[in-house]
Amino acid sequence: MSGKTFDVVIVGAGIVGAACADECAQRGLRVAVVEREVVGSGATAAGMGHIVVMDDSEAQLALTRYSQQLWQALWPELPVDVEYEQCGTIWVAANEEEMTEVRRKHSFYAERGVPTTVLDAQALRRLEPNLRVGMAGGLLVTEDAVLYPPCAARFLMDRAQKRGAELRTAASATQVGQGRVRLANGVEIRGETIVNAAGAWSPELIGAIEIKKRKGHLVITDRYPGFLRHQLVELGYLKSAHSVTSDSVAFNVQPRRTGQILIGSSRQYGAEHKDVDQEILCRMLQRAQEYMPALGPMSAVRTWTGFRAATPDKLPLIGPWPGDKSLFLSTGHEGLGITTSLATARILVDQITGAKPEIPIEPYLPSRAGKEFLHA
Amino acid sequence: MPDPAASAVSLTVNGQQVSVLAGATVAVAVAIAGQVCRTSVSGEPRGPLCGMGICYECRVSINGVPHCRSCQILCEPGMEVRTDG
Amino acid sequence: MADSQRFDVLVIGAGPAGMAAALRAAECGVRVGLVDDNARSGGQIWRGSSDEHSEDAARWGERLRKADATKLYGMRVFHRPEAGVLLAEGPYDLCELRYTNLVVATGARERFLPFPGWTLPNVMGAGGLQAMVKSGLPIRGKRVVIAGTGPLLLAVAAYLRKQGAEIPMICEQASWSRLAQFGAALLGYPEKIAQTLQLKKQLAGIPFAASSWPLAARGGPALESVTISRNGNTRVIPCDYLACGFHLVPNVELHSLLGCRISGGYVQVDEFQETSAKAVFCAGEPTGIGGVELALVEGQIAGLAAGGRAPEARELFGERRRARRFARMLDRTFGLRQELRDLPSAETIVCRCEDVSYGRLQKHGSWRAAKLQTRCGMGPCQGRVCGPATQFLFQWNPDSVRPPVFPARVEDLAKMVDFQTVGCPTR
Repeated sequence: MSGKTFDVVIVGAGIVGAACADECAQRGLRVAVVEREVVGSGATAAGMGHIVVMDDSEAQLALTRYSQQLWQALWPELPVDVEYEQCGTIWVAANEEEMTEVRRKHSFYAERGVPTTVLDAQALRRLEPNLRVGMAGGLLVTEDAVLYPPCAARFLMDRAQKRGAELRTAASATQVGQGRVRLANGVEIRGETIVNAAGAWSPELIGAIEIKKRKGHLVITDRYPGFLRHQLVELGYLKSAHSVTSDSVAFNVQPRRTGQILIGSSRQYGAEHKDVDQEILCRMLQRAQEYMPALGPMSAVRTWTGFRAATPDKLPLIGPWPGDKSLFLSTGHEGLGITTSLATARILVDQITGAKPEIPIEPYLPSRAGKEFLHA
Repeated sequence: MPDPAASAVSLTVNGQQVSVLAGATVAVAVAIAGQVCRTSVSGEPRGPLCGMGICYECRVSINGVPHCRSCQILCEPGMEVRTDG
Repeated sequence: MADSQRFDVLVIGAGPAGMAAALRAAECGVRVGLVDDNARSGGQIWRGSSDEHSEDAARWGERLRKADATKLYGMRVFHRPEAGVLLAEGPYDLCELRYTNLVVATGARERFLPFPGWTLPNVMGAGGLQAMVKSGLPIRGKRVVIAGTGPLLLAVAAYLRKQGAEIPMICEQASWSRLAQFGAALLGYPEKIAQTLQLKKQLAGIPFAASSWPLAARGGPALESVTISRNGNTRVIPCDYLACGFHLVPNVELHSLLGCRISGGYVQVDEFQETSAKAVFCAGEPTGIGGVELALVEGQIAGLAAGGRAPEARELFGERRRARRFARMLDRTFGLRQELRDLPSAETIVCRCEDVSYGRLQKHGSWRAAKLQTRCGMGPCQGRVCGPATQFLFQWNPDSVRPPVFPARVEDLAKMVDFQTVGCPTR
């Protein structure tokens, strides 16, 4: 790997790095990927694997919608172990106030071509009988999906490698810049373009990147086929994702193809250790049981944590890094890494090759003006 | 070891009436009924392996509760045991 | 549903080590609790009613019955939510256990190695089949092949024969020279010689093969025959059951969760059986596979130390030294041979919870990669079966342990210990 100069060297083989490698290879670029652990082992391994169109902002909607459609198009080629399932998402409204929000979202999505259905209490009950009685209704986003991320990352990386991409695992990058990636063992890999796709660890490579770790917890149950059909999210989820300072939990469950139920979610700032945080775990599971009491007696088999890469304005950093012509960023995806990985790869490689991106890219540029998140 | 002098316990396995000695586990009742406990994710029939409650191969549904480790549970009169598939 | 209890000394595991720890701690006049997943004490080696066992089992059982200790049977510890608190659940309830001193005597489980057909119904562990028969499985007149390694094979053979099983063969993978060395070393243990001679009598006439192991189990839907290797020859033995286990693996998951230092797979303890975690003691198999005698003496030392009478425990150090020598002999004799790594074929299932085959696992370079890509080890056994197997087959090391150390109900895992609950929006 050392000795030649690649067109692109990517640091990080999570879902985003793997997608970028795949896109590079598809466009005939000679690409190398360095990964300090194994493919898909960071947030990719820890997350829920959802593909959701999020309406937190126009820019977020544009990126998630673009990417969701790319996933949908890729679906027939995905191997069985990626477990892609277009189960849809239901945003659950617990009361009339939240139903107002449901109707607003419905219009918002409709105006932008995202198919959704408003569910009243009976319709919700029919679709998801295990929700607590008394829910007001919800919004079904029909084209949202779930998949198993480590295998999805592996699929994209394999495809890239079949087209000549080179991968080195157990390779820690310590420095990037000036067309070089330096590894912990002293080896240097040269590339015309270097991409920092190191997720929550991006600031270790470029200190000025304003990315904070946002810890999350998940629990998975034994197999209960038929218990849950859609991904369910409480409308308060966005409030949780919004808060920049406090610890929060929000109801979010997902059916796996195995019949196991994935239970989340939590967000914490400033928690650097991987250990399961007891108080957060309890609050998360209590919240989940309040929406779905039938979860209570179910057998919980594993718990784990992960670190999302969070930026101050909740949008990822995709594009050139000011100050070094060779450096690009492809990071900061918070809880939408799986969803936006394919679109991220597209617009990143568009920028590298000078092609015209399909959506406006200004909101995601690392150099975006007026934002207080690049500290000196 | 179940005591031969003790009374028999009657329960059902997949609807079939089975009689075991008091002190017998549900895994034993399933075996006596000529059934296997579960079907694996790829469709293989499976029965108990470890006999001590750690391998999870002996899981059955007891009175509607799934994923019960039958090798650790004593038979009770009237129990309704259902195995997989 | 939830219950909270407080103890000066809490003992986890009611096998010989835990029983000994609990009653010695009780003699110290402190408040003692004893927890076990099973319906009664005895662990694996003394499973079942006492009249089937040695006088030792009966004696210790009786002493425990009389001891002033709270017994919590049918409860399984799954979590330590904060220092000094364990959570245990039973089929219908949850218990919060607060303690000052903890003795974790969680014993060992059998090591299973995969080979073609090992997932067939009626292929069980050696201890596994014995446990099933003790729980009422009819075995009279059935043909049982016994294979694997370790003294457990002989104990199981003797027990099953007594219950009327027919044993066509016992296949021990250790070599005759290793077994002979073991036999010679037993001369230093008169009580073991007596046991051995008794076993010899009980097993008279049963073919015993050393350097022998199973190659495949066949049948469908259940077991019909086992093909074994012996001195380079293969032999097919029709049978109803295969009782196969490759010695023992210590149950150190709870110790790991508690932060105890673990080396070479065993919990490190000082002379008073205290681990690297303050006021957490360990006795029995988790410190090193050593059998009943070592478990009993380690348990007593731990119980006395945890109960505040450490100086009295010194009297037992000599006995422990002796018993530990026997443990080292076990290790030397029953180490696994290389040939066992070649038993699985590409299609042989290694992770039984998720049906991951040997061929799929071979593609990966580490436990973590294999786990993420195939989900090996992510099932309800939490890697207790496939973990030791992959460790032997690929030299993979396991992950760090997270709660729950056993699957537990969501509502129990959610148990708040002195925290506020969060409400769901209503109105």
